[in-house]
Amino acid sequence: MKIVKGVFLILLFYFVGECVSYLIRGFIPGSILGMVFLFLSLHFKLVNPDNVSSVANVFTKNMAIFFIPAGAGLMANFGLLSKFWMSIIVICSVSTALVIAVVAIVEQKMEKKKEVEE
Amino acid sequence: MKELLSSQGFILLLIFGSYLFGQWVFKKTKIGILHPLVIAIGIIILFLKVSGISYERFETESQPVSFMLGPSVVALGYILYQQIEYLKGNVVPILTSIFVGSLVGIGSVVLIAKFMGADDVLIMSLEPKSVTTPIAMSIAEQSGGIPALTAIIVVFCGILGGIIGPYILKMLGIKSRIAKGLAMGASAHAVGTAKAMEMGVIEGALSGLAIGLMGVMTALLIPFLHHVFS
Repeated sequence: MKIVKGVFLILLFYFVGECVSYLIRGFIPGSILGMVFLFLSLHFKLVNPDNVSSVANVFTKNMAIFFIPAGAGLMANFGLLSKFWMSIIVICSVSTALVIAVVAIVEQKMEKKKEVEE
Repeated sequence: MKELLSSQGFILLLIFGSYLFGQWVFKKTKIGILHPLVIAIGIIILFLKVSGISYERFETESQPVSFMLGPSVVALGYILYQQIEYLKGNVVPILTSIFVGSLVGIGSVVLIAKFMGADDVLIMSLEPKSVTTPIAMSIAEQSGGIPALTAIIVVFCGILGGIIGPYILKMLGIKSRIAKGLAMGASAHAVGTAKAMEMGVIEGALSGLAIGLMGVMTALLIPFLHHVFS
């Protein structure tokens, strides 16, 4: 019963997310809006977490399987990958390093500042 | 024979089977680039090439699996809810650092890509590279990138971030355990979180929180930036 309830709730939030996404002309994907709505509903105790926990855990723990079909679509875009692989590697490396550095520095600086103020 | 091999039953069997095989290889070899997802996608592409079954046919028959991507993104809302308690007492620093990180992540991709002469489709596919795969794919699809390319790029960035992350943090002299965890999760999502968990419980928990926050922040920032700069 709990599984049925969990699946129902997840699908419900997904559909609500899709509806809002449609209203704002797809500005933000429906699945992401659904995620935010589910989070808010749990946080403000509109939904009992016990009802979604087991289904949410099954979905998220084995998520990688769900992207395999789309990933195989790489086949159709092989030309792009082989043409730009060098740019992709450079961009990913530089940008990933920057994100690590920036997040760590900002967080540490702000934590220290807070301690000083206190 | 081809009729059987392109039936929905077999296609679904192939997807789950190749993923299980990928997990097995990954466990045996422990080589980062042999990620289960990379192996599974490789096997399927090879299978389609050899059997002559078209990608369009495969796409139709694999619909039950790919549909699950949307609901599983929604389910991440529950994971975020579980992790939000780590935000307590540090709301402003955490949200600010993730916001700046997301902005730098998107901005650096666009700037370097433009400089290297990459085309727009590639840029759209690269923009959500620091975000967990399902969210990144939804963002790429929305903005006009190629979700398949994004999936591979995200896995690559995760592995890369997991390897270089600890060195960068050491080089910068980062002592804060919150900062370490956030940086790993924000740059390398699940792969980074696995590494952060090796550093400690606090690092692991904050890395998990960073995955969710980075996903939401980037999903909101990318359409907004496109709107402003177009």
